Amino acid sequence: MSNSILVSTRKGLFTVKRGRGGWSVSDGDFIGDNVTLTLHDLRDGTDYAALNHGHFGIKLHRRDKGRKTWKEITTPAYPAKPEGLNDLDGWGKPVNWTTQLIWALEAGGRDEPGVIWCGTMPGGLFRSRDRGTTWEMIDTLWHMPDRNKWLGGGADIPGIHSICVDPRSSKTARVAISCGGVWVTHDGGTTWAQTAHGMKFDQGPPEQAGDPHTQDPHMMVQCKSEPDKFWVQHHCGIFKSVDNAKSWTEVKAKPSSFGFGVAVHPEDADTAWFVPGIKDEKRIPVDGALVVTRTRDGGKTFKCLKKGLPQKHAYDLIFRHGLAIDGPGERLAMGSTTGGVWVSEDQGDSWQSVTHSLPPVYAVRFA
Amino acid sequence: MARVSFTSNLRRHVDCPVVEAKGQTVREVLNSVFESNDRLRTYILDDQAALRKHMTILVDGKRVSDLAGLSDPVLPKSEVYVLQALSGG
Repeated sequence: MSNSILVSTRKGLFTVKRGRGGWSVSDGDFIGDNVTLTLHDLRDGTDYAALNHGHFGIKLHRRDKGRKTWKEITTPAYPAKPEGLNDLDGWGKPVNWTTQLIWALEAGGRDEPGVIWCGTMPGGLFRSRDRGTTWEMIDTLWHMPDRNKWLGGGADIPGIHSICVDPRSSKTARVAISCGGVWVTHDGGTTWAQTAHGMKFDQGPPEQAGDPHTQDPHMMVQCKSEPDKFWVQHHCGIFKSVDNAKSWTEVKAKPSSFGFGVAVHPEDADTAWFVPGIKDEKRIPVDGALVVTRTRDGGKTFKCLKKGLPQKHAYDLIFRHGLAIDGPGERLAMGSTTGGVWVSEDQGDSWQSVTHSLPPVYAVRFA
Repeated sequence: MARVSFTSNLRRHVDCPVVEAKGQTVREVLNSVFESNDRLRTYILDDQAALRKHMTILVDGKRVSDLAGLSDPVLPKSEVYVLQALSGG
């Protein structure tokens, strides 16, 4: 089980560790700077941290296994935009070909050491084969005509936030886009196909509700030992797939099916966790009580987990990368927009409060 | 040669003391600076080599007008300031 958690916040990267007295914040890096996401690569122990310096742009740093210091490495960059190209997004706004956020960082397969995938706003997907020293844009996805249907959801511009490298074949990967549906490649990124069929966006014209190209999956996860099975926390509810993400069906949860984060148990695809908010236009816990919902039967029923979580006047929102599960599937961690961090050691039955006073949390990851 | 200065905010991330640099346009002056400090490039310019959205450059007290092409003229004794917009949060 993992005893260390990387917590990315608006004002620094914090490490939460398990000691004799429980979990506590042990270290801080990049204090004062906006850390938006990390990756701990289990294959070689390398840590990666994505920063957003605002005026000075997006940067990526790497820390080798066992080291305390970070080194700035190359940030994925967009190619030169062809002169005169009228490249518009789904809202009809010009696309700025510049990395504006690193929104997904995932390790490649076990058989490809050093391979890292990176999803960005405004929708570019990148791959490194040398631990982030150099990057190639997956231009086959970027140049798909359907990319011009992608549009911003909560953000102004579209972005790739979820990357699932298939445990059966490293050549198969799926990416989820807000808002652009789910795309799959089976040949290492040479060709791509849309695969968000069955999802529904119910807040527009009814005849367009099922258009896969404008779906807004907030987060997508794949079960490691049952890789045909996926969960998506979508803008309009919860969706699951049991057929290799070829089709999706809706699942209802109480007190709400709205949220951002989702975690699936690595050994049992029927077990998944969500953190509900009221709804789109009220992104706070229902009745001011922070809860986690868990299904153990593939979404037929949900249990509302609240032991150890604030139940009065709690307005914590858990962003899409703010909920994480460890390798064995016993421990969960989550961090909130109001600086709270909680850890569960019993699959969510109970939670230990680690801190209430961190800056807004963007992402948590077991390391 | 023009004299190029950077803010303390930027110097917090990249070592960039005041430097003298050759060039007849802002683009040429910046390229001259980047020759000896390549890491600085991506902090000032975006992926399309345009000035980053929330950055500005003053040449002899006047804000440059060509934010994408950086073609504004620079004189041999010009004072160039690379600045970020001030915003809180």
